[in-house]
Amino acid sequence: MFKKLLVSAIAAIAIAPGAAMAAGGAGHVEDFEFSFEGPFGSFDQNQLQRGLQIYTEVCAACHGLKQVPIRTLADEGGPNLPADQVRAYAEFYEVYDPELDDLRPAKPTDHFPGSGLETAPDLSMMAKARAGFHGPYGLGLNQLFKGMGGAEYIASLLSGYTGEEKEEAGTIFYENTAFPGGWIAMAPPLSDELVEFADGHANDVHHLAADVSAFLMWTAEPKMMARKQAGFVGVLFLTLLSVLLYLTNKRIWAPLKGKKTS
Amino acid sequence: MSGIPHDHYEPTTNGEKWLHKRLPIVGLLYDTIMIPTPKNLNWMWIWGIILTFCLALQIATGVVLVMHYTPHVDLAFSSVEHIMRNVNGGHMIRYLHMNGASLFFVAVYAHIFRGLYYGSYKAPREITWIIGMLIYLLMMGTAFMGYVLPWGQMSFWGATVITGLFGAIPFIGEAIQTWLLGGPAVDNATLNRFFSLHYLLPFVIAGLVIVHIWAFHTTGNNNPTGVDVRRGSKEEAAKDTVPFWPYFVIKDLFALAVILAVFWAIVGFMPNYLGHPDNYIEANPLVTPAHIVPEWYFLPFYAILRAFTSEVWVVQFASFITGGIVDAKFFGVIAMFGAIIAMALAPWLDTSSVRSGRYRPMFKWWFWLLVIDFFALMWLGAMPAEEPYASFSLIASAYWFAYFLVILPLLGVIEKPLPQPATIEEDFDAHYGKASQSTPAE
Repeated sequence: MFKKLLVSAIAAIAIAPGAAMAAGGAGHVEDFEFSFEGPFGSFDQNQLQRGLQIYTEVCAACHGLKQVPIRTLADEGGPNLPADQVRAYAEFYEVYDPELDDLRPAKPTDHFPGSGLETAPDLSMMAKARAGFHGPYGLGLNQLFKGMGGAEYIASLLSGYTGEEKEEAGTIFYENTAFPGGWIAMAPPLSDELVEFADGHANDVHHLAADVSAFLMWTAEPKMMARKQAGFVGVLFLTLLSVLLYLTNKRIWAPLKGKKTS
Repeated sequence: MSGIPHDHYEPTTNGEKWLHKRLPIVGLLYDTIMIPTPKNLNWMWIWGIILTFCLALQIATGVVLVMHYTPHVDLAFSSVEHIMRNVNGGHMIRYLHMNGASLFFVAVYAHIFRGLYYGSYKAPREITWIIGMLIYLLMMGTAFMGYVLPWGQMSFWGATVITGLFGAIPFIGEAIQTWLLGGPAVDNATLNRFFSLHYLLPFVIAGLVIVHIWAFHTTGNNNPTGVDVRRGSKEEAAKDTVPFWPYFVIKDLFALAVILAVFWAIVGFMPNYLGHPDNYIEANPLVTPAHIVPEWYFLPFYAILRAFTSEVWVVQFASFITGGIVDAKFFGVIAMFGAIIAMALAPWLDTSSVRSGRYRPMFKWWFWLLVIDFFALMWLGAMPAEEPYASFSLIASAYWFAYFLVILPLLGVIEKPLPQPATIEEDFDAHYGKASQSTPAE
């Protein structure tokens, strides 16, 4: 009978956290197919590099990535840029050096700069901070079964502008189908063919939104590949250990138990 | 140490005798690990080991996290990201610690409800139960303070709301709140003292765990029948029990391995599922999140806290007879702590002489209703404070109190229990058949 308790316990755990999510006015979030979904999904290196380019040319004008060290662009499982390219990329930014008491070109060991615009939030962990949109009262089931998370939210937001605008108290708001409440202060940042890729990859809004969202998922969770690998190996070994312990347990108890009579 | 007669450690070699005369530590370990344990324990008796493991896991991962964490309002959030990005294996250690708290509470709730069903709280195990409740309270305090340390939005606002509860105490509340926070609001002083206590309390818990084990090793384990182990002689006791090693050690390790496989899958594939996404936004005292929701393991009691609004007649009555000293906010706080105190008093509220719910036909229904009630409260705690959730919360809270304060005392009087097996051996044999050999290997 405690099986019942266990089942309901597991069900409650599956439901509870999502239920803690935002209520009311949640926008519509589209389910994008990202390469990093699922237990074996991994980042698409080319997509991350395109995303980096979009971030650099568009987002970085206002937003920052202050938690992300530039050197991690060279990480395997991430964008995996060659070391010389990372160095060249770092020099694109200027950072304040307290020793020089002056600005200098950034080095790979520096972090990305923070947001340039005060009202623009830092994007380092945005893909994790916006993972809580699921469901009307958020059962978290979309996250559980479809692998939907913050990357989907960001991509939906970036491609969710309807073109409508309104002015309130001197601020212009733009209608957006993904944003909770429907009106967002950020002007539509992407447009078709806004960014040109060297390899001629598709650059309509939908593709650009997906690419930069994938990149932001990486900035939020750079160790995702290592984590999934550790997860897989751990589950494998623990399952094996469970089987061995099950057999040991059966063997030890066997002399105490007779044939079931009733 | 144990009241059940069994073989004790006898030093044989000269070295063993030398040590035993000076410090009988081997004897203590032997008696602890070889303790006679009722042989009919079912799978609900595994949670103690899971809990012990959780405590060890949390302390081990926590000690490593502390090496890289900085308890300062300007640096805490970034230092956690430093752990996630730059520390070798840091992301796994942090995720293990984070989800380890959830595993800890899954196990403690299963452990508590097992105790409630099989009457493990009843005489002579009241002390074990009370110490268990103290451990549970300390766990909640530790988990709450640990959640503040990453200094995300939910850390900050959770701390603000929960410490605000103390502010609801009449007359001295505000002074207590200021004293707890180390200032007028949640700030660096708060973060530092929470960090200090978050490190200290697990060791207090570890001490209480030892006393908890000591207590039930003195009385002997309860078991699914609730029938006592025969203690007339060693031989008689041996028919009802087996030594803890290897029978239950291996069984518990098997259960632990299965549970850890599930746990590891959560850590590896969905480590943030049980957390709140807002905690990946750095704490900002100027921006209040739309919904401040505690971690899932606090939700049932959070629901009770919120259930008693000023529209409830009990609250209005309390307010009237105290001349307004007990307002809705304070009443909620009393109700929340009262819910746990009522549970802690179960040994004295339950009037039935039968321990195990297995032989209590009416009790069973009320017990399962309490389990459903617990999950309903958990769900309601996550819902916004509006209708119909407010009314549901009130009904569910009322049942929680009714179960302990009315139903348990009454059932003992009106219920006609079913016949219990005379001995544990009888129950065991009924389940598994009589063993082919006369006695087990020990």
